[in-house]
Amino acid sequence: MASLQVSGVTVSFGGNRALDGVALTAEAGRVTGLIGPNGAGKSTLFDVASGLRRPSSGQVRLDGRDVTRARPSARARHGLARTFQRLELFGRLSVRDNLLVAAELGPERRRAEQVVTEILHRLDLTDVADTSPDALPTGVGRLVEVGRALAIRPKVLLLDEPAAGQDAEETERFAELLRALTEDGTAVVLVEHDMSLVMAVCDEVYVLDLGKIIAVGPPEVIRSDETVLAAYLGDA
Amino acid sequence: MDQFLTFGIVGLSTAAIYAVIGSGLVLTYTTTGVFNFAHGAAGMLSAFMYWQLTVGWGWPVPVALVVVLLVLAPGFGLLVERFVLRPVQALGEAERLVMTVALLSGLIAAARWIWDPNVARPLPMFFADRKPFHLGPAVITWHQAITMAVAVAVAIGLRILLYRTRAGAEMRAAVDDRALVGLTGADPVRAGRVSWILGTQLAAIGGILIAPTVTLDAAQLSLLIVSAYTAAVFGRLRSLPLTFLGAVVVGCMESYLTGYLPQNDYLPGLRLAAPALLLFLALLVFPHRRLRGRERRLARVPVPSARGTLVFAAVVITFGAVLASLLGEADLITYGAIFSLGVVALSYVPLAGYAGQVSLCQLSMAGIGAVVWGHLGAHGQLWALAAAILVSAAAGALVALPALRLSGVYLALGTAAFAVILDRWIFTIPAFHVLGLRIALFDQGSVDISGPHLFGLRLDSGRQLMVFAAVCLALASIGVAALRRSRFGRRLIALRDSEAAYATLGGNLLVAKVAVFALASGIAGLGGALYGMQQRTVTADQFSLIAGLPIFLVAVVGGLGAVGNGLFAGTAFVGPTNALIAVAPGTANLVALLPGLAGVGLGHNPDGIVSRFRRQWEPLARDRIALPALLCVLALAWALRFGDVINDWTYYGGSLLLAIALRSWADARQTAPAEPEIPVEWWGLRREWRPEDEEVLARGVAAG
Amino acid sequence: MSALLELRGIRAAHERITVLHGVDLDVAAGQVVALLGPNGAGKTTTLRVAAGVHPVESGQLVLGGRDMTGADPRDLARAGVCLIPEGRGVFPNLSVRDNLLMMTFTGRGREEIEEIAFARFPVLARRAGQAAGTLSGGEQQMLALARGLATDPAVLLLDELSMGLAPLVVGRLYEQVGEIARQGVAVLVVEQFAAAVLDICDHAAVLVRGRVERQGHPDGGLRAELSALYLGSST
Repeated sequence: MASLQVSGVTVSFGGNRALDGVALTAEAGRVTGLIGPNGAGKSTLFDVASGLRRPSSGQVRLDGRDVTRARPSARARHGLARTFQRLELFGRLSVRDNLLVAAELGPERRRAEQVVTEILHRLDLTDVADTSPDALPTGVGRLVEVGRALAIRPKVLLLDEPAAGQDAEETERFAELLRALTEDGTAVVLVEHDMSLVMAVCDEVYVLDLGKIIAVGPPEVIRSDETVLAAYLGDA
Repeated sequence: MDQFLTFGIVGLSTAAIYAVIGSGLVLTYTTTGVFNFAHGAAGMLSAFMYWQLTVGWGWPVPVALVVVLLVLAPGFGLLVERFVLRPVQALGEAERLVMTVALLSGLIAAARWIWDPNVARPLPMFFADRKPFHLGPAVITWHQAITMAVAVAVAIGLRILLYRTRAGAEMRAAVDDRALVGLTGADPVRAGRVSWILGTQLAAIGGILIAPTVTLDAAQLSLLIVSAYTAAVFGRLRSLPLTFLGAVVVGCMESYLTGYLPQNDYLPGLRLAAPALLLFLALLVFPHRRLRGRERRLARVPVPSARGTLVFAAVVITFGAVLASLLGEADLITYGAIFSLGVVALSYVPLAGYAGQVSLCQLSMAGIGAVVWGHLGAHGQLWALAAAILVSAAAGALVALPALRLSGVYLALGTAAFAVILDRWIFTIPAFHVLGLRIALFDQGSVDISGPHLFGLRLDSGRQLMVFAAVCLALASIGVAALRRSRFGRRLIALRDSEAAYATLGGNLLVAKVAVFALASGIAGLGGALYGMQQRTVTADQFSLIAGLPIFLVAVVGGLGAVGNGLFAGTAFVGPTNALIAVAPGTANLVALLPGLAGVGLGHNPDGIVSRFRRQWEPLARDRIALPALLCVLALAWALRFGDVINDWTYYGGSLLLAIALRSWADARQTAPAEPEIPVEWWGLRREWRPEDEEVLARGVAAG
Repeated sequence: MSALLELRGIRAAHERITVLHGVDLDVAAGQVVALLGPNGAGKTTTLRVAAGVHPVESGQLVLGGRDMTGADPRDLARAGVCLIPEGRGVFPNLSVRDNLLMMTFTGRGREEIEEIAFARFPVLARRAGQAAGTLSGGEQQMLALARGLATDPAVLLLDELSMGLAPLVVGRLYEQVGEIARQGVAVLVVEQFAAAVLDICDHAAVLVRGRVERQGHPDGGLRAELSALYLGSST
């Protein structure tokens, strides 16, 4: 059963169409990749899915429920969580409190402290739990955002370039985390520029270019797809 | 019909003035991103200068006009740009806002200091000696005609400047993309400077034109500008044509309300408050904005420890008790406000510090608290205090509902408008009955307020009330500290740091904002009730927008994130000003400038003074010798003063000096061992040569 | 041929995180140098350093033999460095004509600037009175380029000219860039769509994680390497 279903989503800024009839399905227990060159509309699609931006047309469904007109907070309560490409951490709270705010809003608010401790441990953030996220390198900050999103126990998790700023070893650990999440039955949508990560963890990859989905398929197919290559490198 | 026309012409000529002033506001806001709360005050100052030159010194009108409009106003604009706003240009919107609020407050104080407010200063209209002319059935005075002509000229002039000159293109370019202006090799600062000069000139023109038709009063004149703000908000702070349209709406509405509003006790205030009401409504029809993302450079919000908070609370109460034991009855009333207004200032900590909601109507909320206590608690029942807090909280929630849609400048404007509606209209209406319940406010004058009953004790003397207020401040500070550590406190900070993240995690912005407004207003209401008890009788004036600005500024200077801010703001606001007046009575108006100046100094210390203060005094508080010594000597000094052995000045001055001396001593004791090792060959070079060095060297040589 | 713009061992940081670890780049007059590489490699930062908008931690920025490290962006602009930032360097609410008017600080008159701009991009003449924000994406980039040209730049820095544009338009824009270079301008181009640039550039450098991994002639080998970089190695 599909956990997140986006269909026919169109968003216009002025005369430009940032998204043009985009459809995407993310299923439980799978990692769905979303790739494309800069400015293709990936973050805009996340904004639409999480309710920060109203599409001019199209539908967003969560677990079959139409949430196109629902507020961001309502979608979160239905199990949707996201991270941001430009970090949106709570800079004046410690890392632990960043997660705690989320946990206290989530379904397990009664045992929020335990949830937080568990996630900090899982992401190896225990050492920085009491520092301000502003003092951390961007790579770690992204991990804190992932942890914060996990604290509301999401069924659908949208990750916007979570591995940017991480080195090869950290990326490998992150890939393991993603696999573990899908085993728990979470639907993950991953926007990422590190292609080795995308190719390694995704079950299916969507390619967005100029606001349109130009290709869908398993990673090995996408890698050798000529249109995708053209989208990245330009028409040769 | 004739009457209708006459009021229409009055309305249009007023509208012309609002349009001129409003367009200046829009001009500076769009090109520099600074919403200038002091814009009206600049016009007010120009009107005073113009009065001084023409009436005061008898200069010819044309000369005075040239001097004010072409020399003083541009000079003033440049000074403000250079020394007030450029230092905070890189800081957040809130800091820039505070700077202009400080400027507004400071300018009003300065004008009152220079020009005694008790002297009437009539200013003649232009060509007052010429006969008004007739246009059909309508009569137009020359002053009105000139005003309208000026507005038209300003409109045309601005149009030409903006669309026909390079400077204008630069200004419009700065609106679009400031960074890009720099990349094109143009100077973005220059565009800013031009707009400050022009903006101030437009304010000056407006001030000079409007002054003859109203009384020349600093606060009144500065706030007449609310109408100009309303016009500017009609133009969404961007569009000049819409600003002119807005001015026409406001001007005519005011004029027709004067003409056609039924005469009774309840409505005259409505006419005065109408522009503010319209401003409030205009803000509400602003389009929805997207959720705000992360803001950089927010001041820290320290987490107070439980022990530290209790110690602080004890200090507050002790301070209150010491003051209460030593002050005379008149001083008790004056300095009692340290604690009651301290509670009001404390209300800014959760609201503005944690949740980032800049509200300018906290003192009005305090006024509501005072009034409710005054009427319900006439016999001192404690439940009435709870009622005062609850009613203020409800009023706060009422402001919050529309405010949810606003942020930053718009929120500040909206709350300022609310404060003006309260003090011009709501606070002036007589008692009325709703469903058989008598609702009274300031009873069109003053309200007598008595002290509370506590454990069978009637607290009525200034002494008892001061201690009571100190205890309340201590408790409220403990409460706010507990809030900082609570789930709700975390949420408030989170929603300020990133609304987008907070919402996508499932947080409800509406609930959180309404709750924090209610909480802060409740605290302010408590402060107001305490203040009222100490004053014994209060009037609406004591809770006006203008009266509230200095408290806000001092709180900002203290640092909105710090729980200790209540005590700091109360002390800093009430203490030095009154002490100065006591020493030199002539400075009464001068000291009113202090909060404004302090606010302007904010650019240098965005984190606030309280946290710096804490860092400075920490060594003393941890010192095992200095702290007990200080406490003993303070207790002794208090006993001496209590027994009248030493006088006030010796006591307060001596205590302060001693504390500072011990602080430096404790400081030195802590840092002394940390002196870096300096190799022997650098002695005398990297550090001073000491007498004992010789001996050390001699021993070293002998041993070697 | 000596370089007009030289970056020597540039190190730069974003909020304490070093993003450029000693970047060396030369651009000679009349040359188009392409700076390629995956996202987050530090390409834009390199351009911003060259324009003086981003501070350097160490290293040198040399312009025509003069050390300009730490100079104000405005001084660099007046010394002939022109940066056209990512995402349309135009003022959307100003008309095409007023956008060009912004460049009159160079001492040229309005007419002269319009002549230069409209000669290269005739379509702009037809849109002269229109607000720049209402132009198509390609036209906006043309306007940005035209504005750059009006300054008679010695060095032109272009950031992601192709952002959100159709490939055909991108190709045409880069043809113009090539022509501009042939008039003796040193052009440094940051681009994600490598193919469009590889056709017109004289030299290409690939930036990965803040270091120049490879540079040289834009040949087939480079293209294969780039596709591996973008889409993951196919081995």
